[in-house]
Amino acid sequence: MSTPEELHDVRLHVNGSVHEVQVPARRLLSDALRHDCGLTGTHVGCEHGVCGACTVLVDGQPVRSCLMFAVSAVDAEITTVEGLTEPDGSLSPVQQGFSDCHGLQCGFCTPGFLTTITAGLRDNPDPTEDEAREMIAGNLCRCTGYQNIVRSVLRAAEIGFEARSAHTSTSDGGQQ
Amino acid sequence: MTTKLFGAKVPRVEDQRFLRGQGRYVDDLLHDDPRLLHSAVLRSPHAHARILDIDVSDVLDVDGVVAVWTYDDLAGAMAEPLPLLIPHPTLTHGRTQYALAKDEVNYVGEAIAFVVAVDRYVAEDAVARIRVDYEQLEPVVGIAAARAAARVVHDDVPDNVGARMEQENGDARAAIAAAPHTLTLELDVERSACTPMEGRGTVARWDPDTSRLTVWSSTQTSTGVRGCVAAKLGLDLAKVDVVTPDVGGGFGVKINHPWPEELLVPLAAMTLGRPVKFTEDRREHFISSAHERAQQHHVEVGFDDDGRVLGLNVEFWHDHGAYTPYGLIVPIITSTQLLGPYKPQNYRVAFESLYTNTVIVTPYRGAGRPQGCFVMERTMDAIAAYLGKDRTEVRSTNFIQPDEFPYEHGLVFQDGRELTYDSGDYPASLAKLKQLVGWDEFEDFRAEMAAQGRRVGIGLACYVEGTGVGPYEGAHVHVETSGKVKVATGLTTQGQGHQTAFAQIVADTLGVRFEDVEITTGDTRKMPYAVGTFASRAAVMSGSAIHLAALRAKEKALRIAAEALEASEDDLEIVDGVVSVRGTDASIDLGTVAVLSNPLRYAFDEASKAATQFSVGDPGKPPVAEDDEPGLEGKDFYSPARSTFANGMHAVIVETDPDTAEITILKYAVVHDCGHLINPMIVEGQIHGGVAQGVGGALYERMAYDDSGQLLNASFMDFLMPYVTEVPTTIDIDHLETPSPLNPLGIKGAGEAGVIPSAAVFAAAIEDAEGFPITAMPISPSELFELRLAHANDALGG
Repeated sequence: MSTPEELHDVRLHVNGSVHEVQVPARRLLSDALRHDCGLTGTHVGCEHGVCGACTVLVDGQPVRSCLMFAVSAVDAEITTVEGLTEPDGSLSPVQQGFSDCHGLQCGFCTPGFLTTITAGLRDNPDPTEDEAREMIAGNLCRCTGYQNIVRSVLRAAEIGFEARSAHTSTSDGGQQ
Repeated sequence: MTTKLFGAKVPRVEDQRFLRGQGRYVDDLLHDDPRLLHSAVLRSPHAHARILDIDVSDVLDVDGVVAVWTYDDLAGAMAEPLPLLIPHPTLTHGRTQYALAKDEVNYVGEAIAFVVAVDRYVAEDAVARIRVDYEQLEPVVGIAAARAAARVVHDDVPDNVGARMEQENGDARAAIAAAPHTLTLELDVERSACTPMEGRGTVARWDPDTSRLTVWSSTQTSTGVRGCVAAKLGLDLAKVDVVTPDVGGGFGVKINHPWPEELLVPLAAMTLGRPVKFTEDRREHFISSAHERAQQHHVEVGFDDDGRVLGLNVEFWHDHGAYTPYGLIVPIITSTQLLGPYKPQNYRVAFESLYTNTVIVTPYRGAGRPQGCFVMERTMDAIAAYLGKDRTEVRSTNFIQPDEFPYEHGLVFQDGRELTYDSGDYPASLAKLKQLVGWDEFEDFRAEMAAQGRRVGIGLACYVEGTGVGPYEGAHVHVETSGKVKVATGLTTQGQGHQTAFAQIVADTLGVRFEDVEITTGDTRKMPYAVGTFASRAAVMSGSAIHLAALRAKEKALRIAAEALEASEDDLEIVDGVVSVRGTDASIDLGTVAVLSNPLRYAFDEASKAATQFSVGDPGKPPVAEDDEPGLEGKDFYSPARSTFANGMHAVIVETDPDTAEITILKYAVVHDCGHLINPMIVEGQIHGGVAQGVGGALYERMAYDDSGQLLNASFMDFLMPYVTEVPTTIDIDHLETPSPLNPLGIKGAGEAGVIPSAAVFAAAIEDAEGFPITAMPISPSELFELRLAHANDALGG
């Protein structure tokens, strides 16, 4: 009988919660999120870092979770698609943009787009159409032909802008 | 009815769960079940070999391995070859593989052994320890090698020919011989594949308490899988449930079934008494699912001075890979749908379907139509070039006219029925397309660009797509006492938004709120009679069945309500789930009608009190009349005599770089006629996706097999699927709606349309830019560059 694989105690910080898991060193972060943490919203499309479906935010940066080991994510704050919704449970501007513009069909690649765009709009809240394309140029989708995903990015930026304006005008009015 | 939802851009109900990461795809299932086991498959590394010995003795030593199967462990029907799903009589030499290879392997990727372990990592470790002795055989790779038949794939299939089929209407060869002008073309289309973002996957759980098997599979046909699993495992059909959860794209590949793993996973689950999962990885999807497209064509055409086709004779060779589980559907579709919107006076087509030592070929979105369209449209362009005529004129000359429907081609279609078009208006579509792309202004644009040293070209391509093939689909509509409406149809969903589009139909037909309708697809527990999702048939088939079932539920609701309201059924209407007598205040909720429809002995809440035997019915009559049944339900099936025929035309303007031969899309225009649109937003999304896949197929994607049958680009690193940077920045779409007379909603189906004319339209535009014929697709910049050199040399030599 071969020797059982050594397991490591790993504490993952995901979407503001702590998950204590025991995994072998080779366990991919994507698999740990899906199968150990039960967060199956992150999807695995190629396992070689090309399709982008498994993209999560690691300390705010989009990362292919299939190219990272769970054990190396110990000290990081991870955000998956499940963590994108607003605190009240409503859709985030990016999620809402996709809903408004029919930016998804089968939904499999969608989580990777949502996380990527969330980071993209944080860094560039008012992208041009070309910049919107650039923002999603590393993610594969086989259903939509990307037309409505580009629109979704622009719509998300618009929603984000509206939300900030509403917030600003409220603050300016000194009503709080 | 307040607002008609049919035809409206209703937002999709599916999106809420998908956007929150709450979709449930097959690999998401049972993840919190500690008893769940995982599997991996040993696949052949050789394209053609005899298996001399398989040694699995090292495998069980791997910590965490539970079981391993090879062919020798299979018994009964499991030890027989996999089903030949569509046994067309012309397929004289059909062959299918075994669930696990017996004695020989015929493509790289063929399943040899199946390992079950505590997780996928361990299962893969174990697979690596299996030792197989092979006697390597020379493989047959590519159509040229298959035709040459210096070697054969299967010893008992002479010349690698699985089938030879011929159809003729009129006398094509005589007509060509007598025609004023003739041309001959040699054409070639390479392999590509569906490549959904989610690969194949299956989970099975055997419940010993009920002796019942549940299988979840990422399939395009739950009922098909169910039939196969029951037959292969020797179970009564009633003991097997197959459920299709959310599916991450199909595009055709998931209609083939049963995959070896779709049988081995349930077998393992029953044998081990624990749930078992198989999830295909990306490399496996490339080498062990299915491809399509590869064909070579020889075309002879005779025509008059106007470009009218007098005779068309097409011979082609179709690469169907190592086995033929899906029969001859793809080449038959090519041979018949090649005709497009045209009416050649005389047409003959003959094809050979050939074995090669490569992955099997089953339908990929378009299913043989893109190749047929390529052949016909290349021919139309060749005729126009020969006569010096505008390409749209030659097409117009050959169009079936609007007053000629139904149009009979005198051929037999893929479903064994007459090839008869139901409706269309091709001249109107062409007029729209010319306007949309700016056909008549293009020469000015060309001159303008030429002045800047830029080279551009325009092309168009027309197609007709047989959609909504039979045999049937069904639907069950159930109005619950809450007024909520639960609807089941058996075909499956892979992202088409069926839960939305079908709910739109129910809301309109029954007169209920869209929000109160819930659609279930692909669950044999709820609708055991179904065929599957393919051939752009879901809207036509299940849409129609759902409409009919909702009508039945409505009839019953009106009958019961008329009695309760003491009114005539003719005076009743149902709006937002309330039945009312027109022009009065008298009304009853549909939920209450549902209560009344089901006489109760036991009351369990306020609503049900109204339905006890003390409250309803005539004490002198049976509580449920002889010709009635309890419950407010409707069930019906839709089974049309023949297919509907959608159509469309695409045009593209490309720029080709004079130095690098890079091909850039400047404009892409689509005119699309799929009859009445249920949800234009969804239809346009389907077109967008089809166009993008078409761009991939025309300019980027190919299966790079080497001579030894190794697929060299079996990853997303090397198989160039388009990113956003490769697709047109805009796709201009215009719709024409010529309703189908064949179904109650006048719909035709739209799923595959966007991809059909791509190879043809890009070939036409590149040819127009470059000035020499494009006869093989896909085409890369380096291939275009080579063609330029060849033509420059020819010009020098000439």
